[in-house]
Amino acid sequence: MPNELAFLPCAVVTLAGAVAAMMLRNLVHCALCAAGAFAGLAALYLQLDAQFAGFAQLLVYVGAVAILIVFTIILTRGADLRPGAAATSPAPWVGLLAAGLVVACLIGCLVSSPSLNRLPAATADAPVKSIGEQLMNQYVMPLEAIGLLLTAALLGAVVIALREPPKSEPPTR
Amino acid sequence: MNGAGIIKGMVETARNFAGSYYDPQRLTTVQYPEEKLPPVENARTIPFLVYDGDDAMAGLRCTACTICEKECPPQCIYIIKDTIKKADYVGKLQMQPKVFDIDISVCMSCGICAEVCPFDAIKMDQVFELSARDRFAALLLHKTQLAKPDDYFVKLHKTEASDINGRREENKRKTEAAAAAKAAAPKAPVAPGAAKEGLK
Amino acid sequence: MNGLDQVFVWLGHWLASWFPVPAQPLVLAVLAMAGIITVFGTCFALTTIVERKTLGRMQNRYGPNRVGPCGLLQPIADAVKMLIKEDIVPFSADKTLHYLAPLVLTVPIWLAFAVLPFGRNMSAVDLNAGILFFFAIGSASELAVFMAGWSSQNKYSLVGAMRAIAQMISYEVPLVLSTVPVLMLAGSLSLNDIVAAQGTFTYGGLARWNAFTPWGLAGLLLFLIAATAESNRSPFDLPEGESEIIAGYLTEYSGFKYALFFLGEYLGLFAVTGLAVTLFLGGWHAPFQWLEWAPSWFWFGVKFGALIFLFIWVRATLPRLRLDQLLNFSWRFLVPLSLINLLVAAVWWRTGAWKFAAEAPARWLLCAALIALPFHWLGRALRGPLPPPRKYTYAE
Repeated sequence: MPNELAFLPCAVVTLAGAVAAMMLRNLVHCALCAAGAFAGLAALYLQLDAQFAGFAQLLVYVGAVAILIVFTIILTRGADLRPGAAATSPAPWVGLLAAGLVVACLIGCLVSSPSLNRLPAATADAPVKSIGEQLMNQYVMPLEAIGLLLTAALLGAVVIALREPPKSEPPTR
Repeated sequence: MNGAGIIKGMVETARNFAGSYYDPQRLTTVQYPEEKLPPVENARTIPFLVYDGDDAMAGLRCTACTICEKECPPQCIYIIKDTIKKADYVGKLQMQPKVFDIDISVCMSCGICAEVCPFDAIKMDQVFELSARDRFAALLLHKTQLAKPDDYFVKLHKTEASDINGRREENKRKTEAAAAAKAAAPKAPVAPGAAKEGLK
Repeated sequence: MNGLDQVFVWLGHWLASWFPVPAQPLVLAVLAMAGIITVFGTCFALTTIVERKTLGRMQNRYGPNRVGPCGLLQPIADAVKMLIKEDIVPFSADKTLHYLAPLVLTVPIWLAFAVLPFGRNMSAVDLNAGILFFFAIGSASELAVFMAGWSSQNKYSLVGAMRAIAQMISYEVPLVLSTVPVLMLAGSLSLNDIVAAQGTFTYGGLARWNAFTPWGLAGLLLFLIAATAESNRSPFDLPEGESEIIAGYLTEYSGFKYALFFLGEYLGLFAVTGLAVTLFLGGWHAPFQWLEWAPSWFWFGVKFGALIFLFIWVRATLPRLRLDQLLNFSWRFLVPLSLINLLVAAVWWRTGAWKFAAEAPARWLLCAALIALPFHWLGRALRGPLPPPRKYTYAE
């Protein structure tokens, strides 16, 4: 019962944050509401007893991705930030149709899935130690691939940000 | 070694911290209203009027020549001459100021008035606790507030005061000697001499 | 011994026993929160006056000594001043963000105190992934800096906020990396387990604190440097230095909101100090076995106070770092050094299996050399070539 009670506010916060991130007119407010939606997701993970996933979600999404988004806003659109165009588009029925199709698809998959008929699992125990062991034994290839991807991204960022080497003497430190 | 400078710096601040409890050189604060730093001889803030003897108004050296009023750059001295004359320290009759006001909110402590005074009547004081609650009237000092005894001047500026007092003693002695010589000299024909004496 | 040690735990349970059983966990949690807020709020007030007086003594002057005996009532005077100041919000500022920024800064930091073990059985919540919670919460307060800088609609605030965020994310990497050896060797993310792993004694009763190992000492220094930078404290206080950028992202804040920012900064400092004590200095254990009779929360407090004094001492000594010096220091010195520290911790662990006569000093020397040489080389690389000795053309 407490679990279900806790689920409702988390879900409301996440949905409200996501909707606000789309509908608000001020870009910075949108970014901050998106950060709020991330925090709501983290709360959902925690409510499911996945401590590592929840805290990692906070650490990475709220602590790094949201900061990245706001940094981008400052550095690119910082100068002129008039309220954007109207939040609703001129032809809303296209969006409604697309959203309706997606929702129908998802509901169909959920209802026909076998996992609804399974008994609820005993308290899911995913201590960090077992996550670490799985990462190093069973999922080591995806881990290394992600590491390679991140290194490539880092190198790319450094190369893009690198300034021309100066022709004159190096600056004194 | 890396970080040696940081370690040296931290040792120095630690020495400051520990030394501030027992070494007076490591705690040089003067707790102002309770303790004050000793004054420096050449410090100056606002002018004051010097008087000899005990009576401030009778012994005032100022003769209202208004040189200081004319020389003051921000023109903060206001003098009105009196019609009654007063004898100075050698006995000669001099004029005196009826009103001598200095606006200390305007005074810029340049000391020009003290430099140009031929009678050593106005000198620079060292008081700085001059705040008042009233912006205008309380900062306009009058003759009675500006007058301070010669002993005070000697205390502030010992070397200058000894010079000035030495000269004044010399002058007084010479005048008295000349007056005594004149009194002892044989009397000239009475009528024109008496008229001249009378005028003096 | 046991009574005094567990007095707060006993008090909490006695107070909770007045409530019906289903509500007792909630009551215990509320009591723990009340305790933390009281203790660390008072600590904040005390630290402001102790810092000002200590800085004064280190700078050859008295600190504040007019209000109360030795100036001890100064925090009350400061609090009254902050409360009665007018709350000015710029006309074109974003009102919602301007209002929310101090809250978003302060609230997560109060949360971070929940996992710190202040004594035996005295952590408010015992999480399986305690350290991860701590760092996650800490990183949530960086958005507040952005909100403060942006909502002020002030170019200098924005530049200050950008610098502050750049500094904070740069120093989060060495902060987290320097704690990884501790987690590796303790085998758990839970702070209570980490403290328990430092609870055994060796050689004449000396405790096995992590700071008494070469990787622990290096880790402690790295952690303290990164912690100083994370809480925007001198010598890393470029974002809020008055001579640099007025007050950076704090420029448009006055009165109680400014006090909240100040509170958040100091609380962040207390939280990372508490974490440093827990991870590296043995938490609530005494340094020697024959000192274990003193209460555990007393030892925590003593170590905590010593680290706070160290922070104040460093503030009094070192000049401020420029932004590029700051970021270079983090990325080119601290991050490689913390990765090498990780390696050295692994070497230490492996050589724990050595069993010959002089194994302890040999292990220590080997691991210390493995850390000291990169420390030297990285430092040289960071400093670059020294300029030639100065030639004075006019003075003799």
